[in-house]
Amino acid sequence: MNYALFIGCNIPAHLNQYESSARAVLGKFNIDLTDITEFNCCGYPMRNIDHDAFVLSSARNLALAAKKDLNIISLCKCCYGSLKKAHYLLKENSSFRENINRTLNREGLRFEGDIEVKHFLSVLFHEVGLDVITEKIEYPFKNLKIATHYGCHALRPSNIVQFDDPVAPIIFDRLVEVTGAMSVDWPAKLDCCGAPLLGINNDLSMDLTEKKLKSGKQSGADYLCSACTYCQIQFDHVQKMIQSMRDNDHQLPSLLYSQLLGLSMGIERELLGLELNHLPIDRIDDFFITS
Amino acid sequence: MFFSISLYVALTIFGLGLIYKISTWFRYKISLEAEKISTSERITRAIKGIASTIFSAKILTLIKVLVLDVILQLRILRQNFLRWLTHILIYVGFMILLLMHALEDFVSSELFTDYYSTINPFMFLRDLLGAMVILGIALGIYRRFFLKTSRLNTNAMDRYALIILAVIMLSGIFLESTKIVSHSRFQDMVDEYGDSDNKEEISALEAYWVKDFSLVSPNIEGPFKSEILESGKEVHEMNCAGCHSRPHWAFLGYGTATMIKSFALGIDRASIPTVLWYIHFLACWIGLAYLPFSKMFHILVSPLSILANSVMEDGKSHPVNIATRQVMELDACTHCCTCTLNCSAGVFYEHFSNSDILPSEKLISIKAFVSGKELSQKELKAIQEGVCICTNCKRCTVVCPVGINLQELWFHVRELLLQRGQPELLVLSGFSYYRGFMKSDVDVENYERPLNRAREAIAVRCDMMKRPNEVLSITNMDKGFKNSLKMSDQAHTFKVCFGCETCTTVCPVVANYDNAKDVLGLLPHQVMHACGLGMKDLALGSNMLWDCLTCYQCQEQCPQGVCITDVLYELKNEAVKYVKDQSS
Repeated sequence: MNYALFIGCNIPAHLNQYESSARAVLGKFNIDLTDITEFNCCGYPMRNIDHDAFVLSSARNLALAAKKDLNIISLCKCCYGSLKKAHYLLKENSSFRENINRTLNREGLRFEGDIEVKHFLSVLFHEVGLDVITEKIEYPFKNLKIATHYGCHALRPSNIVQFDDPVAPIIFDRLVEVTGAMSVDWPAKLDCCGAPLLGINNDLSMDLTEKKLKSGKQSGADYLCSACTYCQIQFDHVQKMIQSMRDNDHQLPSLLYSQLLGLSMGIERELLGLELNHLPIDRIDDFFITS
Repeated sequence: MFFSISLYVALTIFGLGLIYKISTWFRYKISLEAEKISTSERITRAIKGIASTIFSAKILTLIKVLVLDVILQLRILRQNFLRWLTHILIYVGFMILLLMHALEDFVSSELFTDYYSTINPFMFLRDLLGAMVILGIALGIYRRFFLKTSRLNTNAMDRYALIILAVIMLSGIFLESTKIVSHSRFQDMVDEYGDSDNKEEISALEAYWVKDFSLVSPNIEGPFKSEILESGKEVHEMNCAGCHSRPHWAFLGYGTATMIKSFALGIDRASIPTVLWYIHFLACWIGLAYLPFSKMFHILVSPLSILANSVMEDGKSHPVNIATRQVMELDACTHCCTCTLNCSAGVFYEHFSNSDILPSEKLISIKAFVSGKELSQKELKAIQEGVCICTNCKRCTVVCPVGINLQELWFHVRELLLQRGQPELLVLSGFSYYRGFMKSDVDVENYERPLNRAREAIAVRCDMMKRPNEVLSITNMDKGFKNSLKMSDQAHTFKVCFGCETCTTVCPVVANYDNAKDVLGLLPHQVMHACGLGMKDLALGSNMLWDCLTCYQCQEQCPQGVCITDVLYELKNEAVKYVKDQSS
């Protein structure tokens, strides 16, 4: 299996550990990743401002991958949601597609809707499969309670993103469970992390983050687990900001799913980049069965 | 005489230009932070900073970077081999020519006791270096004008750089070729250096030179008898051979000489060699005098930028020195457009046609902006939009061959313009994300100001929002507005809303407030109503639009299939357009 890896803008700038850990994990499952250096912004930050500019930006990525006849694997759920949305609009509306293609054509690109966009988690769940993953688990966890955070832009609008059941999703929980960890039930599981409003309304953004942290903590989770650039930065970097700005007692560090899975697969720590997380997660070592 | 005077004039302009440009590094202010620092403090800090770096372990880093990135230019190689080759050809060729040819009295003659530019290996090497530069220029022209690369912009300065180099090199080659064939030049040399007055001997020498040195003579023409050539060769070996290798070694000049041989006499009579000589050195003087003001200034500043950035770190280096370095970096830019070609937001240029979205062009506009040049509101707005449409992915900074910290530059200019410039609606988008978590690096007291100004810019245009208790009259329905909401496929779905308020009930933003209506202006279902009623002021004017998380809970759960989140997206787009249209 070969995919065009879409890392987006924030991973290289602020979340290198997501790229290195995801590459390490996917490598173990013989998933080849092609880097298309011409990839640009997924268009997500443009959505508030200009719909057509957003789609154009997304479409250029889709066209670049289509040129190489590769499906896209996205690590970030906001990139995923945006690419899926653009994909849907372009496929549905032929006159709009022609419009966008006219602009893309300046660079000799075109998009006809013939490739697919997938998220890191869906590739692991559907393409690799739980059985194969289970075989690779060398250091299973025990008694580790994980609160999975699904991320809005992967789940909804469900008719477009088609990631999982939007009301009762299971993919992420199953993927966490194969590592031996427990996926706790928590009320705020499907709620937003608050990241989309960071920079626009910090107070509101942090209010929502805090609610999630509180809910996760009350449900007995040891860690949050995310599989999205924005969500992880929100639960890690921004949680640290919240801790210094607000008085609260519900600290709940977050790790990326690629880090969690990588740990249980025995992948080198350096590749997992645990020390790059703003909030320390080294206590996780206490939960290995073999330790 | 003219040669020396013009040289001194050029050197004076160059020197003054250099002093002027360097002074701007300490005078111009790019960030809000920099405005608080005096020029004298910047100079003192710079001296201290440089001294403390040189006398520390960082000197090793500097040496390493000097070799790898300044001399070998590996940063360009990492981008593209052809571009590296282009630049290496020009830079190595030109630098050696400058030292060994232009400054031959000071360098070559000092290094080699038997140095003459007309004997080998010097004669061959001069042409070889010239050929390198010309090949480099040709590759540069190919990249700029023939290789159709999207968003690679070639401006007047790029053309100037190619032209001045080409004029210097080509005039040099033509000069060499016309001198090879020139009979008057031959005559002058014989008069000056020949120790024989014997006409026969001179004539024999001339014949020998016509045959073997490509001289074109008005007096004699081959084929010559072998004894004449023999005797010519003898005279040559006694008088000329010490300083003259055969012209074939100067392959560029010789090749050109072969081509112009048939009009050589005319060229000589018209004193073309003298004309070319003037063109050659005057082009050099122009290049020299204009250097501090042209992009060729990068020859001096780019190495400084690469070195400074290798040892300076945000958060660790003194902010005063960062302020200075930032201005210097503007002069280090070579407009190679590597940043633009790698820019993650560059694609938006295709939609907005604002060249300031492209990093390489943005930098040029910022240069004009910080120099205090009078810019129109439109130009300022373009820069402001350009610095805001940036995903802060740092690619530009990572790839810049001269190590400019572009990301930091955008950040500082963005903050300056957001505080001082016109209200900017782009702050109400995902592009503000970086600003949000860099809040501590922003002027914290004024952090909210651009956000409030953006919301106010919309609010002043939405009068009805200010009268929450007024009974709405449906006769005010703006059908045009209502029907215009169709940008995305989903937006028209607000028409089927039947007011169950599920959207408002499930909205996490609404749930976050006790007084949601006061904070948000309208609740999601009310925004849908406003659309249905064609109430533009209400549909565009509420805080609900900008405080929407885009979590799609409302849309997912709407029993009527209203694409609420998408409608809100579309209304945000409309509001942006509304403000933009009204302010332009």
